[in-house]
Amino acid sequence: MSDTAAADASHGHHPELGFLRTYIFSLDHKMIGRQFLFMGLLMIIVGGLLAMLVRWQLAWPETPVPGLNFIPEPYIYPGEQGGGIIPPQTYNALFTMHATIMIFFVVMPIMVGTFGNFLIPLMIGTGDMAFPKLNMLSFWVGAVATLVMLASFFVPGGPAAGGWTSYATLAARGQYTGVEWGQHLWIISLLILGISSLMGSINYITTIINMRAPGMSYFRMPLTVWSLFVTAILLLLALPVLTAALAMLLFDRVAGTSFFLPEGGGEPLLWQHMFWFFGHPEVYILVLPAMGVTSDILSTFSRKPIFGYHAMAFSMIAIAFLSWIVWGHHMFVSGMNPLLGTAFMMTTMVIAVPSAIKVFNWLGTLWGGSIRLASPMLFALGFVSNFLIGGLSGVFMASTPVDIFIHDTYYIVAHFHYVVAGIVFALFAAVYYWFPKMFGRTMNEGMAKIHFVLTYIFFNGAFFPMHFLGVGGHMRRIYNPMQYEFLMPMQHWNVFITISALLLGASQFLFLWNFVASLIAGKKAERNPWKANTLEWSAPTPPPHGNFEVQPVVYRGPYEYSSPEVKEDWLPQDKNLGASAAVRAH
Amino acid sequence: MLSWLPEDVSTYGHEIDSLFYLIYYITGATFILVTALMVIFLIKYREQPGRRATYSHGNTTLEIIWTIIPAVILIVLAFMSASSWAKIKRHVPNTDFELRIVAKQFNWEVSYPGPDKKLGTDDDIKFDNDLHVPVNKPIRLVMTATDVIHSFFIPNMRFKQDIVPGREIVGWFEATKAGKYELPCAELCGFGHSGMKGWLHVHTPEEYKKWADESLAPKAQ
Repeated sequence: MSDTAAADASHGHHPELGFLRTYIFSLDHKMIGRQFLFMGLLMIIVGGLLAMLVRWQLAWPETPVPGLNFIPEPYIYPGEQGGGIIPPQTYNALFTMHATIMIFFVVMPIMVGTFGNFLIPLMIGTGDMAFPKLNMLSFWVGAVATLVMLASFFVPGGPAAGGWTSYATLAARGQYTGVEWGQHLWIISLLILGISSLMGSINYITTIINMRAPGMSYFRMPLTVWSLFVTAILLLLALPVLTAALAMLLFDRVAGTSFFLPEGGGEPLLWQHMFWFFGHPEVYILVLPAMGVTSDILSTFSRKPIFGYHAMAFSMIAIAFLSWIVWGHHMFVSGMNPLLGTAFMMTTMVIAVPSAIKVFNWLGTLWGGSIRLASPMLFALGFVSNFLIGGLSGVFMASTPVDIFIHDTYYIVAHFHYVVAGIVFALFAAVYYWFPKMFGRTMNEGMAKIHFVLTYIFFNGAFFPMHFLGVGGHMRRIYNPMQYEFLMPMQHWNVFITISALLLGASQFLFLWNFVASLIAGKKAERNPWKANTLEWSAPTPPPHGNFEVQPVVYRGPYEYSSPEVKEDWLPQDKNLGASAAVRAH
Repeated sequence: MLSWLPEDVSTYGHEIDSLFYLIYYITGATFILVTALMVIFLIKYREQPGRRATYSHGNTTLEIIWTIIPAVILIVLAFMSASSWAKIKRHVPNTDFELRIVAKQFNWEVSYPGPDKKLGTDDDIKFDNDLHVPVNKPIRLVMTATDVIHSFFIPNMRFKQDIVPGREIVGWFEATKAGKYELPCAELCGFGHSGMKGWLHVHTPEEYKKWADESLAPKAQ
């Protein structure tokens, strides 16, 4: 049966839906996944432009940014040539919103929202999520949160300017930052987003536990599904803590409570404990799906089973568990008892072990493979390379004495960009890999490769020298490095970083062009263009509402590449080799 | 030994610096090893006609080795760090030189004891953003903040401590070299955060006495 015929046949079971029910208020997990993707890609443009402005100010402090004259004072001071100078208050808002948007409105919607929605039912071999209406609600609640966050740019006083961490007491009283409504909306938006993520995570967990295809045992699930499963559990447990903290912060601001304000008997450090109790699992919420996707792609393009499948799954579980007891490493010099710092250092050193296992196992996957450097593979390797650097630089911060010096410097900025901005490589890998399945068309491979080369070079050009700045003591979140004598000799690095960052931003037009052009006029995709084993590739391209023509039955794990049982170098999970072969595969 | 960090002028700075460089060598070697293997594998195991990938699901011995080695290294690092950390942050040496720092948007207010030789009384002598101390003497700092969290950072002294409103936080350092060192705020504290800075002046004992006689003596009528 051809794909089109299959799609028609499958549509036969569903009544034709109108435009609204198909594209806007869709209950189909794949459409909801696409909606999250478009939302995330729109927001990455906003977050990226904010970063460009931050970088402009750091390289060429208090000089006019071309083309910003349309923004009124006090957000932009008029420049002499019609450009605009970024004032300190606006600068603080820029980096606050850059981080907030990139973390909550780009990486989460795309890595968790898009790929969680699109892939979980397809990869475990079922027709849809357990709760399709909850799923739709999750997207639309997320969209409301996005709109509230964007609205904060347009209120008097501008958006939140207390850092994405919104430390009390700075963010707990309007007078300290000069931002009233911007910070209120920031809190309200994240409260709403928390509801969206909770609905999503409940759906993911329920679906994975209850709706796996016959034969799909937990240890036959692709690592992408494992990663999303663990992520969903982390989200479910971490978000209530953030929600509680945000509610308390909001009450401190508007209702006269003093949870975090010492003048009323409150404790500013309580905010940090609550925020990071959520915040550290959050880091893994962001990075685990990237690890899962990378594992799948490395295996597919090495034509080789993933090295140490069980170790990979268990190391994700270990990371998830340990992520609850490392939050204090954000607070070594915060004024909490130094003895507590020692305890958190120990747990932090321990969490590096499962991360190391993952990198070594990826390396083991490449060993002896038959490696094809297609664009998803290049980006997955880029993710490994960045995660390696980000993971290793984390060891410096884990050591409490070293952290005294590098805490709150550009060393930290370098570290978390290698980890969190490095996720963008996994994101691109995933988009290039699953685009044919998502949209039924292929992206331009040549352009994708150029996109990789430019992104990889300029990413490292932008973020690696930040280590040098940090080692020199360059504080983060400062408006003008030229105000400090000891930073002046390093200013050339700021210029270098900014130029790399601008080029990194410009390189993304290649992706944007490729994405949009392929959506409209890309070559029609075949069912299994990468010759991969997992179930989504057994479904028609693009999969119709309901996904599979017949309920797939799973006979083996997801990584049976180059198996001696078959002539081809791939062996799909649902391919029946006959009873005797199925027994042998165990 | 590398010398990337700014000049160290404190008694405990070498503890931080040597740990930094030790971790640098360990992580640097790991980075080179993993990256080299990755590049070698990508070249050696590239797709070639007629060759099939090795069908292998892993190697338990290898996995145990590369779990245990990093674990041992990291635990050793943790214990080394813990002893340095205790020296720097947990044990404040006895000293008769104590200063009070009040951090506020966007200044460091430094108080010296007045004629009654006691801190925290009305006759304290206060300076904005200038801290004068003698060399080779442990300095005890009692730090408070009046509005938001600030962070007292002296890069050359390897000193950084957040100052939290509502708390009295004690820190210390001992300078080994006279000179003038920059003292920025390292924690975002509002629109004036950038540029919130002062200077630490470390004097020889003679110079310090001269400065103290001029600046701390009770003003003649």
